[in-house]
Amino acid sequence: MAFSAMKEKYRNKVGTVVLGATKEDGGTRGYTITVGGESTLPFLHFEGDIPNRPVVALEVWDVAPTDWHECFAPYYGDVFGNAAMWAKKCVEEFGADLIILRLKGADPDIADASVEDCVKVVKDVLAAVPCPLVVLGCGKVEKDNEILPAVAEATSGEGLLLGLAEQENYKSLTAACMVHNHNLIAGSPIDINICKQLNILITEMNLPSNRIIIDPTTAALGYGLEYGYSIMERARMGALQGDNMLAMPIIGNVGNEVWRTKEANISTADAPAWGEQENRSILWEATTATALLQAGMNIVILRHPKAVTLVKQNIEELMVPANFDE
Amino acid sequence: MALTGLQIFKQLPKTNCKDCGNPTCLAFAMALAAGKTSLDKCPHVSEEAKDALGAAAAPPIKLVKIGSAISELELGDETELFRHDKRFFHPTAIAVLVEDTEDIAARVASFNELEFDRVGLHFVTDMVALQCSSNDAATFSAAAELVAANTDKSFMLICEDVAIMDAAATAVASRKPLLYAATNDNYEAMTALAQKVACPLAVKGNGLANLAELVDKITKLGYKELVLDSGSRETSQVLADLTQIRRLAVRKRFRSFGYPAMAFTSKTDALEEVVQANVYVAKYAGLVVVKASKKEEILPILSWRQNLYTDPQKPIQVEAKAVAIGDVTPDSPVYITTNFSLTYYIVEGEVESSKVPAYIVPINTDGISVLTSWAAGKLTGEAIAKALVANDMEAKVNHKTLVLPGYVAVLSGSTAEATGWKVLVGPREASGISKFAKENFVK
Repeated sequence: MAFSAMKEKYRNKVGTVVLGATKEDGGTRGYTITVGGESTLPFLHFEGDIPNRPVVALEVWDVAPTDWHECFAPYYGDVFGNAAMWAKKCVEEFGADLIILRLKGADPDIADASVEDCVKVVKDVLAAVPCPLVVLGCGKVEKDNEILPAVAEATSGEGLLLGLAEQENYKSLTAACMVHNHNLIAGSPIDINICKQLNILITEMNLPSNRIIIDPTTAALGYGLEYGYSIMERARMGALQGDNMLAMPIIGNVGNEVWRTKEANISTADAPAWGEQENRSILWEATTATALLQAGMNIVILRHPKAVTLVKQNIEELMVPANFDE
Repeated sequence: MALTGLQIFKQLPKTNCKDCGNPTCLAFAMALAAGKTSLDKCPHVSEEAKDALGAAAAPPIKLVKIGSAISELELGDETELFRHDKRFFHPTAIAVLVEDTEDIAARVASFNELEFDRVGLHFVTDMVALQCSSNDAATFSAAAELVAANTDKSFMLICEDVAIMDAAATAVASRKPLLYAATNDNYEAMTALAQKVACPLAVKGNGLANLAELVDKITKLGYKELVLDSGSRETSQVLADLTQIRRLAVRKRFRSFGYPAMAFTSKTDALEEVVQANVYVAKYAGLVVVKASKKEEILPILSWRQNLYTDPQKPIQVEAKAVAIGDVTPDSPVYITTNFSLTYYIVEGEVESSKVPAYIVPINTDGISVLTSWAAGKLTGEAIAKALVANDMEAKVNHKTLVLPGYVAVLSGSTAEATGWKVLVGPREASGISKFAKENFVK
């Protein structure tokens, strides 16, 4: 039988979100980044448009991490503790498309940084790099509700991407994003119904859906990656089939998950059967990321500079249009 | 075109004998139409009906076997495009490329070491892909015999020159290697060779249209033990090709693509290659050939494959047996968790990194997580009491204090009552275990 390609036509496409704002739009960013907009499953150029490639972010902390593996020292050792320099290095030397700044130091159990300290570090990073910025809280809800609205206010108009809004705690951050023209990460615990419900709640507060990025929660390779993968794939399929409350671009917190695993951290000497530690950890990040890119992830958060190179290379190859000789 | 269940039913014996494993002939017909079974499961079907049912009766993707009984690999027989719709069945075979000009015994010896134990599972690298780079029949044939002698695993022979392939394939025919490949130029002779030695045959096309034509020519010659290679090597084109092959086979019953598909990585940097291979594992390759051969390079591919091919309906469980982490003493803490493997291994990893030796007692919750099993009434005070007794915990430690997962703090009272132990509520997330252990167990 003669070959004739089978092409799907979907009813809907993924929404787009613009990260960052330049001077004309009320911010100070050197450029903006648009994510989303695809009208088919990941990288299937033969049947739809993929107007914006997925982007890669590197993670920067406001404090020097005490628990990061020693293999990071040659890359970040000279900039740990100086978020602005750290961010600059990630962009200029390591090719990060954007920076995610995690305000870990705000954690009362870590440095209990004040609201003023947090605002200052965000401003320092904004001054140091031209790229759009993602700002994440420390993960302790009460503290995050103090610092994130203050950060939103102090950087009004910058088009930051702020997180994390969750089902139990989304109102103050949503309101802050609305008032100060920022974008919001809506996080849900590997549950497509909660993911959708939270998007409904947030848009009911009148934050437009083109200001929302969803974080459906990812697990690391070998530790339930398939759950995150299938939730992402289902959300994306739902979006293409017409569900606007699942149609937001997706962010994946890959580095943070991967660096909790034994496979990333254990030394070559302690686990000779698993091979050399640094390349193993780089591939643990890159494999988690490339798997999730096949499920629809639009923004990848990584930690290791070499994983950034690999994942960007993979994205570049996958963005080459492919077609068939019929 | 695919037939409906009713069209198939008309051709069946209609005796409802159940010999096929289905309750009625109609149920069997429906399963056939959905591609979930094959006609040969019915011992009573007439030859006439077999011909009439033809393509509709075959599974959408043929099951192809590579290798002899000592390590037979099964490829294909997939029915889904997305794992969340049901599951994927036959994990992508990973083959490591070795050239016949290399030190075969040494390469195969290190290939044999590409087996891994992690999270209670054993991962194996499936095949050696022996490539003829010498262009010499004697060298290739000797190398094939060395591969056969040095590993029990399956292998494939890569050579488009039929005369050279004949020598090697004949020498190791009893191991049923995959022969790569029949092409536009050699397909008649290569197919005759595959038939002669009864080995599976890879078909290498020049794009999908050409691949379909070539497969049709080969099946007309009477051979159907095939594995498909579109010939593409660029990442996005291979992804497109593999996607079309799977879609057309499963959704349209396009017979020319009703075989497992394969891909080769093209990158020269090993790390880039691993990333490229992961794309093909995700999207439908039944076999991927890589040059990467170090442990840290292969382990991520095999781990991704394991994740992807897990049955979404059947969580993986660990044995519900107390485990000692580190150099435990009678003073060591006792952590309670469930036997859902993911939960258990995350807890294990965190307890290990807390550097406080401890016992972990996984409760048998049929492999579901802490909150879900509490909601389902499987994680209860009584279940914990039973597990403490079954594991003889009172003899193992000299205290009677257990750590309950933070998410089920609500079980504290009933657990204390049922066990007679003191209950300490632990962190909600395993990531809090280190801090918790330091605060509670380090004096």
